[in-house]
Amino acid sequence: MKLDGRFGRFGGAYVPEILVPALEQLESAFLDAQTDEAFQAELATLLSTYAGRPTPLTRCRNLGGGATRIYLKREDLLHGGAHKTNQVLAQALLARRMGKTRLIAETGAGQHGVATALAGALFGLKTVVYMGADDVARQQLNVFRMELMGATVVPVTAGGRTLKDAVNEALRDWTASFENTHYLLGTVAGPHPFPLMVREFQRVIGKEAREQILALEGRLPDMVIACVGGGSNAIGIFSDFVDDPDVALIGIEAAGKGLDGSEHGATLLRGRTGILHGAETLLLQDSDGQVADTWSVSAGLDYPAVGPEHAHLQDIGRATYAGITDEDALDAFVALARAEGIVAAFESCHALAHALKLAESGNDQILLVNLSGRGDKDMAQAQRLLAAHSLRAAA
Amino acid sequence: MTRYAAMFARCAASNQAAFGAFLMLGDPNPVACADYLDALVAGGADMIELGIPFSDPVADGPVIQSAAARALAAGVRTADALALVADFRSRHANVPIGILTYANIVAARGIDAFCQELAAAGADSLLVADVPTLEAAPYSRAAKAAGIDLVMIAAPNTPQATLARIASLSGGYTYCVARVGVTGHGEAPRFDHRPLLDGLAAVGAPPPILGFGIGSAEQVTAALAEGVAGVISGSAIVERIARGEGPDEVAAFVADLKAGTRQPELRGVATSG
Repeated sequence: MKLDGRFGRFGGAYVPEILVPALEQLESAFLDAQTDEAFQAELATLLSTYAGRPTPLTRCRNLGGGATRIYLKREDLLHGGAHKTNQVLAQALLARRMGKTRLIAETGAGQHGVATALAGALFGLKTVVYMGADDVARQQLNVFRMELMGATVVPVTAGGRTLKDAVNEALRDWTASFENTHYLLGTVAGPHPFPLMVREFQRVIGKEAREQILALEGRLPDMVIACVGGGSNAIGIFSDFVDDPDVALIGIEAAGKGLDGSEHGATLLRGRTGILHGAETLLLQDSDGQVADTWSVSAGLDYPAVGPEHAHLQDIGRATYAGITDEDALDAFVALARAEGIVAAFESCHALAHALKLAESGNDQILLVNLSGRGDKDMAQAQRLLAAHSLRAAA
Repeated sequence: MTRYAAMFARCAASNQAAFGAFLMLGDPNPVACADYLDALVAGGADMIELGIPFSDPVADGPVIQSAAARALAAGVRTADALALVADFRSRHANVPIGILTYANIVAARGIDAFCQELAAAGADSLLVADVPTLEAAPYSRAAKAAGIDLVMIAAPNTPQATLARIASLSGGYTYCVARVGVTGHGEAPRFDHRPLLDGLAAVGAPPPILGFGIGSAEQVTAALAEGVAGVISGSAIVERIARGEGPDEVAAFVADLKAGTRQPELRGVATSG
């Protein structure tokens, strides 16, 4: 490897020796592409004419009280329905550059799988998406979208049957297939170079948002807020603000049914240092190092590890992290729909819910929220949950 | 002389190659597992490879994944696994014991403390499936300090510079993977390891043992014809436990595989490294 792949004491490349040459090939292709004008031009064209960049920055007209202004970075409007498409297009170009003919991916909520499926269709690459069997059941619509675009969705029945298990299966596939297959990992987790590479390919979110807020408000936001599962949308919007010391960076984890129990996905708030899926990072686990099963209403936040750079940003105090429960996320989901006419993904509603709490003060402040995905995939689940909700409210 | 060196010398003296047998510690439960461990020795295994179960074994195929899941479901903790090792060592003074696990199991106790615990239990080596040479330096130091060997994996795609690193970081033996992919014997091993074995010999790496996909006496013989010092069979043995075969049947199967290391045409192939 040319770089050490570390973020402070986190990161690295903990994979079977047989995968190291594949990671070295990827690192090399990525570093070359970063300075290759033709690659950058093709990616920029895809992002603007295919994916729909730049995405708008929307000021909430009705949410946010007093002098608080809430701005939404509208990744929900990106082709594919979430920020995932940004980096998937870039990695698919890299896969082509490396001569790979097949893509594999893991997916939780299905958004990364959908993005990989669309890239596979676009570039004529055979695409296999691993998805936890429980996630397949709760995200049927996205499974159908992936299959419609020609991808094969493989339900994973091992372990907790969610995102973590899908990553395991994708890694197993890759140890046998790396010669013709690119593992299109969906977030800033995993072994080097994925955390660095995916950050650079998602940096466009924060770069645009910074320019947009300066144009609209003439100053930087007070806080940038994003949900964190693996952490790619958060790193994407944080990165161009990291060097602005007056901008607070706040990541929101899934507090699920409460941080005091075990049914949450709050790795940064409740995890201990460990090694999973190729990286040294914070991890929800028992005292022996067995990885814990996690819970969140949103499949995309239901992950027991987190991108190593988030662990580092927390370590050095540059970013802070908080939890939002299923209940509060669902309230924000409804509030955004009713007040602004926007149906956002459950994941993104965790970030919004935190902003709504901060807005209660009515202080003169600018809150920039990454609305990382749209809520179409969550409709069936929302219908069920809200029916139960109103039953409780009526009782 | 370490137990590995003594074992390789014994094998060479009797014109045999080494046969290593793998089991998951605590599979299907700690009591039954102890009997299966003895059965491996009864069947003629020269070295024993023991897994400490981990919840997310990304280098393992379905058979060994299931074995880890069974052990964890039976409530097996790392301390129980180490107790099984110590118990086995008290009955078998000379059989080399290698521990196979994943980085997070080691990290949970700390690399140094984990190696000390392995040594105290009577283990001879540690292989961490998701620690490549890039990350192996602290593991190698800790193993040396505890008086055990760090075993590293080499694959047909491992570059020569990495083989040299393996030679300096590791001891005991070199675990050569017989093919790409995860553990399991469904897919036949590839036998085109001459360049890898020459590369390992050139840098003075520990003796090569071939694993992944070895499940019959014929495959044992074919593997040895490549010029390795021995073979390891895992999934094929573990599958028999999963099917409910008893220790006697497992011992008989190990004896069948071990017989593959005594083929007359192998005379002179086994090396003492």
